[in-house]
Amino acid sequence: MASGSQLEAIKRAKVLMVGAGGIGCELLKTLALSGFRDIYIIDMDTIEVSNLNRQFLFRQSHVGQSKAKVARDAVLKFRPHINITPCHANIKDPEFDVEFFKKFNVVLNGLDNLDARRHVNRLCLAAEVPLVESGTTGFLGQVTVHVKGKTECYECQPKPTPKTYPVCTITSTPSKFVHCIVWAKDLLFAKLFGDKNQENDLNVRSSDGTNSTNHTEDVFERRTDEDPEQYACKIYDHVFGYNIEVALTNEETWKSRNKPRPLYVRDVLPDNLIQQNGSLENSVTEESVVSSMSSLGLKNPQDIWSLSENSKIFLEALRLFIERRQKDIGNLTFDKDDQLAVEFVTAAANIRASSFGIPLHSLFEAKGIAGNIVHAVATTNAIIAGLIVIEAIKILQGDFENLRMTYCLEHPSRKMLLMPVQPFEANKSCYVCSETPLLLEINTRTSKLRDFVEKIVKNKLGMHSPLIMHGSTLIFEAGDGLEEDVVANYALILDKALAELPAPVTSGTVLTVEDLHQEFSCNINIKHREEFDEEKEPDGMVLAGWIAPTQKDARIVSNGESTSAAHPAVTEMVEKSDDVEIAREKPGTKRKLSEMSEMIDHVHDIKPCSSHDVGDQVHPQEVEDNDDDDDIVILDENPETRKKKRLQ
Amino acid sequence: MDGEELTEEETALYDRQIRVWGVDAQKRLSKAHILVRGLNGTAVEFCKNMVLAGIGSLTLMDDRSVTEDVLQSNFLIPPDEAYYSGRSLDELCCESLKDFNPMVRVSVEKGDLSQFDGEFFDKFDAVVLSCCSLKTKKAINEKCRRRPRRVAFYAIECRDSCGEIFVDLQKYTYIQVMSSYVAPCLDYILDCYKHGCLDTSDASKKSDGTAECQLNYPSLEEAISIAWRDLPRKVSKVYFAMRVIERFELSEGRNPGETSISDLPLILKMRKELCDAQSLGESYIPTSLLERILAAGGKEHPPVCAILGGVLGQEVIKAISGKGDPLKNFFYFDTADGKGIIEDMSNSSTS
Repeated sequence: MASGSQLEAIKRAKVLMVGAGGIGCELLKTLALSGFRDIYIIDMDTIEVSNLNRQFLFRQSHVGQSKAKVARDAVLKFRPHINITPCHANIKDPEFDVEFFKKFNVVLNGLDNLDARRHVNRLCLAAEVPLVESGTTGFLGQVTVHVKGKTECYECQPKPTPKTYPVCTITSTPSKFVHCIVWAKDLLFAKLFGDKNQENDLNVRSSDGTNSTNHTEDVFERRTDEDPEQYACKIYDHVFGYNIEVALTNEETWKSRNKPRPLYVRDVLPDNLIQQNGSLENSVTEESVVSSMSSLGLKNPQDIWSLSENSKIFLEALRLFIERRQKDIGNLTFDKDDQLAVEFVTAAANIRASSFGIPLHSLFEAKGIAGNIVHAVATTNAIIAGLIVIEAIKILQGDFENLRMTYCLEHPSRKMLLMPVQPFEANKSCYVCSETPLLLEINTRTSKLRDFVEKIVKNKLGMHSPLIMHGSTLIFEAGDGLEEDVVANYALILDKALAELPAPVTSGTVLTVEDLHQEFSCNINIKHREEFDEEKEPDGMVLAGWIAPTQKDARIVSNGESTSAAHPAVTEMVEKSDDVEIAREKPGTKRKLSEMSEMIDHVHDIKPCSSHDVGDQVHPQEVEDNDDDDDIVILDENPETRKKKRLQ
Repeated sequence: MDGEELTEEETALYDRQIRVWGVDAQKRLSKAHILVRGLNGTAVEFCKNMVLAGIGSLTLMDDRSVTEDVLQSNFLIPPDEAYYSGRSLDELCCESLKDFNPMVRVSVEKGDLSQFDGEFFDKFDAVVLSCCSLKTKKAINEKCRRRPRRVAFYAIECRDSCGEIFVDLQKYTYIQVMSSYVAPCLDYILDCYKHGCLDTSDASKKSDGTAECQLNYPSLEEAISIAWRDLPRKVSKVYFAMRVIERFELSEGRNPGETSISDLPLILKMRKELCDAQSLGESYIPTSLLERILAAGGKEHPPVCAILGGVLGQEVIKAISGKGDPLKNFFYFDTADGKGIIEDMSNSSTS
């Protein structure tokens, strides 16, 4: 296998690795052992304690240092004579342009977010450099290959952007714990400790908004002479008591819902808590980490606290913020590594959950949800890194016929734990690698240019330095290196409605959006629409574009041959986290139609998760027995088109 | 599981993996003791994974000295002769592995494992063998099976671009999650997790519908004695190739991996004998596959080491934590087709 020509190709190769985290550490090690000699590695992160359980090139003493640099030094210890260039930088920096990408024979991604993945995809397309993309979460993982002109690009399949929730669900009618977390983190925490100038919907739920707003401004503003404990109690009573009472006055809302219960400190903590806190104060003064848990003697982050414990934590955490972290107040954003912030958000979410009859959660779980933490283990990363190197070697040898996407499964499917699939062909209507225009439905009279730039151009299309053209007229541009007066002018324009721009954007307008850095552009057809459903279309605009592909072959490979037609996976889940995270609905599972459709329902319906335990266990072996396993190819999760064919 | 809580340090270090397997599994891991005999690249990958996972202790046995082949797939030893000469492989690996996680005790055991009496194995929850002869594997497997408390047995073999894992958990009982949460629908799981409604705590899983499952594993001797015609259809070709090579090495008195392409004529003869005796068409064990394995000798392809070491790591974690469907009882990976396949080869499966 490791033939002479293979070794030559490996030795000569110049490889760009993006990411030196969970997959990155394993990948760099396996590349070095496999004989790679010229590796450029980019990572903007520094090392954290929670990395050390799997990012094995790092030690406790490295915490705080650049991942790329420490990873290089660690690998040079066992392969001293190879060339590894570390770069502590963001892959989206302009210095990493198309010319830079062209220097490499292959790009290997070990990234942790959709945004950077899309960016690298576009640069690889522009530079015509093959890309091996990867992701893991828990025991699941995948490796995909993207070669321009031969396979699909990373964006040929739609990628859901992170879930957003309708404002009213968060402010008034939470039904799941995650809603309480979002409320505690994005509204309450931001209101109390964040930038005072930021808009905040904390109080948008009363029928007569004006009255409530005036009242609340007074409440949240702490007078300089106000006792921190009294202030904390006042906030508690306001957000968990008064606000709920106000919400209850909107009787329409509660006709088909359970009414929440207003909570006040005097009811939840009838014993005088304030004295208790006072007596504990001294014990916490010299601790390095300010923590309400330790000052209250709660140790286990796995425990689910009672309502009164949560209330004590809430009051204590708020007091500690005021007394010990006064200088942070006003410019804090939630950080999952900020212990006191996690405690505050956990307690606030639990109190709100308690009020709405939603089950409470431990700090450990709340932290995972609030911080969008994706679970990660070393073994999966090691396996995925091995698979990346195998694909990279095929690319370097020009062996494009045998390229595979591989899925690492937790439960075997047709005896396979590692399932290779032939790469999909490019989606002919992909707005990234083909030139298909997108369609945007938007209210051109009320939507501002800012909404369009933020929600569509940056969030949905993943551009960073966009240029927006209406025919030959430049409407807007963003990015570094613009003149001050130009920037000022654009700032004014941003708050204009689309139809009121100097070059009005109305139904039928075609906008060209371009990112010069990514060498990527696309056209958007604008269609005016008056109304949007706040629940289903919280953005107030709908981008439709690439039609879900219909005629593509997804193949499982058997003995180098393959056949069968089916839809490729439609849904893909994206998470931001330490390591990775992309996992596509695994193809190739052989299931009965009824089960298939059930699975698909689950994918699109996130509501009944916790109660969702009805399905019978399906043993992989029992799913459907077939003698010709090796020769049968199946796919996929679209039941209508699921077919199987027999070779020979 | 009751008992001591994890320390704050452990909770911080293991945060991401506790989110995968839960606190109880982490506590069980921290009390587990594992023995690894034979430190080739694949075993080293496995050791790394175990030390990172936070097991209680890891005992290493391999008194060979460092060679080119060893260094080729080993990331624990700097290729500096002044550093490694005069020291055995287990000592060198031990020194390096200790550094990965100060909470895990890593040590070296000297002597010939096949001569150790059965009680020695009582100290361990799992025993992993690599680069051992078939005879040694069988003997140690039997010793493990005769212990009063279960000692999980694993044998791992990597020949360049393909490899094999054998698992013997004897009588194994574990908790199987019954909800469709285990249905292999990644998006669903991720979605639930992301939105906070996938509960990883034990309590919820139990109420969610779990079942106790029992599996009976055959010994290595029993498993490889099953007549080939009685095996499930379409067994991985690597299985047969490994049996041929193994038989060859045994009959020639060679150590595992002491082969070269010049052994091909004898190997083809061995293949014919075995295939005739087992009524299997010779073509089912492709000559090209045997050539590939022979030519590799003791060499390993590092990406394959990472994959096998990763899969074995997950299996040992499952066995120790009692969570998740364990592999029964062979696993194969071959870069030629890229598949990672589980084969169940026990008499019960063929009846």
